[in-house]
Amino acid sequence: MTAHAPDHGTATMSDTYAHYTTGEPLADTKAPSGPIADRWDRRRFEARLVNPANRRKQTVIVVGTGLAGGAAGATLAEQGYRVVQFCYSDSPRRAHSIAAQGGINAAKNYRNDGDSVHRLFYDTVKGGDFRARESNVHRLAQISVEIIDQCVAQGVPFAREYGGLLDTRSFGGVQVSRTFYARGQTGQQLLLGAYQALSRQIAAGGVEMHARTEMLDLVVADGRARGIVARDLVTGRITTHFADAVVLATGGYGNVFYLSTNAMNSNATAVWRAHRRGAYFANPCFTQIHPTCIPRTGDHQSKLTLMSESLRNDGRIWVPKAKGDTRPPHRIPEAERDYYLERIYPSFGNLVPRDIASRAAKNVCDEGRGVGPGGQGVYLDFADAIRRMGRDKVAEKYGNLFEMYERITAEDPYEVPMRIYPAVHYTMGGLWVDYDLQTTVPGLFAIGEANFSDHGANRLGASALMQGLADGYFVLPATINDYLARHPAQDPVDDTHPQAAAALRETRDRLDRLLHTDGDRTPDSFHREIGELMWEHCGMARNDAGLRTALARIPQIRQEFWRRVKVPGSGTQLNQSLEKANRIVDYLELAELMCLDALHRTESCGGHFREESQTPDGEAARRDDEFSYAAAWQFRGTGKPPVLHREDLAFEYVHPTQRSYA
Amino acid sequence: MKLNLRVWRQQTPDAPGAMVTYEVDGVSRDMSFLEMLDTLNEDLIVRGEEPVAFDHDCREGICGACSLVINGEAHGPERTTACQLHMRSFRDGDTIDVEPWRAAAFPVVKDLVVDRSAFDRIIQAGGYITAPTGSAPEAHATAVPKPDADRAFEHAECIGCGACVAACPNGSAMLFTSAKVNHLGALPQGSPERETRVLDMVAAMDDEGFGGCTLTGECATACPKGIPLPSITAMNREWLRALRKGRAARD
Amino acid sequence: MALATRTDRRPSTTRTLWDSTVGKKAVMAVSGLIMLGYLVVHMMGNLKIFFGAQEFNAYGHWLRHIGEPFLHSHWALWAVRVVLLAAVAAHAVSAYQLSRRDIKARPVAYAHKRRRAGYATRTMRWGGVILGLFIVWHILDLTTLTVNERAWAGHPYENVLATFSTWYGNTLYITAMAALGLHIRHGFRSAAHTLGAGSARRDRTLKALANALALLLFAGFVSVPVGVMTGVVK
Repeated sequence: MTAHAPDHGTATMSDTYAHYTTGEPLADTKAPSGPIADRWDRRRFEARLVNPANRRKQTVIVVGTGLAGGAAGATLAEQGYRVVQFCYSDSPRRAHSIAAQGGINAAKNYRNDGDSVHRLFYDTVKGGDFRARESNVHRLAQISVEIIDQCVAQGVPFAREYGGLLDTRSFGGVQVSRTFYARGQTGQQLLLGAYQALSRQIAAGGVEMHARTEMLDLVVADGRARGIVARDLVTGRITTHFADAVVLATGGYGNVFYLSTNAMNSNATAVWRAHRRGAYFANPCFTQIHPTCIPRTGDHQSKLTLMSESLRNDGRIWVPKAKGDTRPPHRIPEAERDYYLERIYPSFGNLVPRDIASRAAKNVCDEGRGVGPGGQGVYLDFADAIRRMGRDKVAEKYGNLFEMYERITAEDPYEVPMRIYPAVHYTMGGLWVDYDLQTTVPGLFAIGEANFSDHGANRLGASALMQGLADGYFVLPATINDYLARHPAQDPVDDTHPQAAAALRETRDRLDRLLHTDGDRTPDSFHREIGELMWEHCGMARNDAGLRTALARIPQIRQEFWRRVKVPGSGTQLNQSLEKANRIVDYLELAELMCLDALHRTESCGGHFREESQTPDGEAARRDDEFSYAAAWQFRGTGKPPVLHREDLAFEYVHPTQRSYA
Repeated sequence: MKLNLRVWRQQTPDAPGAMVTYEVDGVSRDMSFLEMLDTLNEDLIVRGEEPVAFDHDCREGICGACSLVINGEAHGPERTTACQLHMRSFRDGDTIDVEPWRAAAFPVVKDLVVDRSAFDRIIQAGGYITAPTGSAPEAHATAVPKPDADRAFEHAECIGCGACVAACPNGSAMLFTSAKVNHLGALPQGSPERETRVLDMVAAMDDEGFGGCTLTGECATACPKGIPLPSITAMNREWLRALRKGRAARD
Repeated sequence: MALATRTDRRPSTTRTLWDSTVGKKAVMAVSGLIMLGYLVVHMMGNLKIFFGAQEFNAYGHWLRHIGEPFLHSHWALWAVRVVLLAAVAAHAVSAYQLSRRDIKARPVAYAHKRRRAGYATRTMRWGGVILGLFIVWHILDLTTLTVNERAWAGHPYENVLATFSTWYGNTLYITAMAALGLHIRHGFRSAAHTLGAGSARRDRTLKALANALALLLFAGFVSVPVGVMTGVVK
């Protein structure tokens, strides 16, 4: 599984890449059977345990310190394992989970509004457009309840009512109020909770933390994940680190698109390198485009800023009825406005799921009714809300978001409607994992956004935080025991092991080549080019011709990259251009797989909209007979057609229906 | 807009540094300050020079990575992080000085990048509530009065950027430390460790070589999250209380 | 298992107090407040000079005999002096050590210079040094009479007049009192915050109180040389 073609930019024909082959179907061998509500208990009982005294003899590498990684590192150390953890930022507290605004779902039913574990499970499977595994999703819904308890105990300052109890709100795509929040900074507060738990373990010696250190390759020795190759970003030293198991909590790959709501340094290198070493990559084309982002202002734009979806609770989305209407918004009379979400989806209105809201915005802009510079925007108007609730109430609910909007755009949303446009936000795809969150490489686990497991083809609002913390605090720490108990005393591995030596050598060669290409284009210029190509052809709507165009273009960009990239400076000190260039190397390969996955899935589902597969009124048409599976791709070399392994999805509890939000 | 930038350049932690002047043309008013630096860096790379190293990540004002002193002010003239500062705050032809955070506890790594791991060690000393995974009681078991919850939140907003230290003439980390002490101390969950927390965190802060507070108020003025100056007062009170209680416990 | 993460062994309370920046600042605050209390009394006593030589000298005499016959003469005075000496020493040593620490904590200045903090805040260190030197001169002048031109033991009224009939006596004294005012203006509020007495709500009151105290002491003390210069006191 780890046979590789020579690296870097081998010239290939797009046609050959598109000619993937189909391999053995993939089965989740860890998933327990029986009534769905008992499966998690059953798996925990059947999983082997490691004697507490033996735990300190076993080492686990955790890469990433976001919600999933931070929670996992802290919890594994609490259990007594020796944890060695890595993050690229200067502190574990800066992981991009920190930027999540809206909230975290939990089936507490504190509002007595009919919520339950089963309803959260149902909503998530349905919201994911029936492309997620039932067992995983049900477990997620069960654990959601414990997460809130855990976070409150850590001192996470959730919003509270005057009686002192926790407040909740409803969030895009659901009709119950199950979202817990901490003003507009829920992700920050949850992350700081995990960071503080992790800090406690660092002080206690349970976690050896390597900040400003980036994982550049995975070491698979004798068929098992045994370590990583990492670069100290300050000294440039490239070294190996070994362990009994490796956990990737490195987030999503949305930055393939260049412009996204991800942090600037969020990247796909860890998951892509793991993929190259044998971990299958599942559903890479499932990317989520978030409807409420601040539109771009020009070519200098380096990233997009999301505004919480909660704005859709009270804001009304509209565009002018007439094409090319350039009047300022307050001059457009009510009768000439099209509140298109309310018109098309009367029962859900402005609260339809993200994929639907995003696509509808794209449609009206494509019709030439978009507003703002370049016509790439729609209005999100609070005039009615201000009239109904009063300015003070609106300020109390959304004040910080309004301030943020005004800071960026210099427009006052109390006076002028906000302009919003969809942007790449989250990637549902990721490394394929079984029920235990183990990838196809034994000993390699993937948690949080890095795996593909729980959101299917579309993620519901306030579910990412839930999944990251569920994986990190509760799932992985339980399931990894089983693996470690089965492999108690593995042979030590060091740099002399041929596979470790090879990984080390390949990494050094790759960086050397980047430093010595000495071309005439900046790394960013390539990133922007691949990003625009992906947004154009593999963004909100995809079609056969566009995807084939992209597949033809990507290898050319890759070739040009290796001929013309320029990376100044040296590899023996902090070199941010080198870091960036190395990440782009992986985007240039991952982009190809995303396009192929999108090309092969000729149905529309969730965030993946194939123009060829739509209902007469333009809604996504799923094709369950052909595509009710997760597509897990096996790497066979750069530019070489990968092998598709299907994991069939069975729906015993939630019967697939065409989603309807009308 | 056309700007003159004077930027601190320093190759390695031990190398001497200097302010170097660059001219940046074609700056749009809608650019963020960091996007303006991106433009400069793209030019530098094409010319074969090393781009200016600076810390940044989320560019949404929440991760706390960006750390630039702009015209002598931490995060520049607006009360926000440098990533949320836009070029409309400047005028065509302006000369802008860009320097790294300056404090003994924050040594320069390269150019505008400093090492803020001292902050992590302050948190490690006690900036947490001991609640191992799985040990939590039901979330509604303890009601928290809304004023307490709001007070906790107000302090929990700290993003750990270090602007307070950069702005303080004494390089003091009192505002950072007090934000965490007050966040956790305001909650019933945090009260069992109240005394040890404040004593240990202040001791760690001193060990890292931060200066003391002389109530200049620069920290609170620079704080992009508006952590208020009386936060420090509250921590002083908390510390003295812990000392008295500690003595009583020993007697 | 790594559940217990803290040790219970701690240094003694005094050690913790003196070793910590927060504790040392508290020492400074308390010693400063002791001196401030003394100054208020001292200033009120000084005002007696406006009621003539006899009353002022009698007051000076009384100071040396407080508590008699229970206390021996000068005992009370010495008790006050010992407390004050301790306060000055604690204040000065902690100020010195904290300042050293603060300067070390910010070894490199910004290239872009910008006016920071208020005048009173920025002059705390130099103001303190000026006040220290002033106290030495003040004691040599009016307590030990070493440098007083008149040096008439037991007759403070005449000695004060002598001091304030020289230009340098007036200059030294008034400058020092200006420094004192500024020092108290920042120091009082700072002490309150250091001891945890301030809050967002109370800060305004504290500021007003600090200003009032500073002004009161400055005016009270300076009224004496002004009185001498203008001939009200002769």
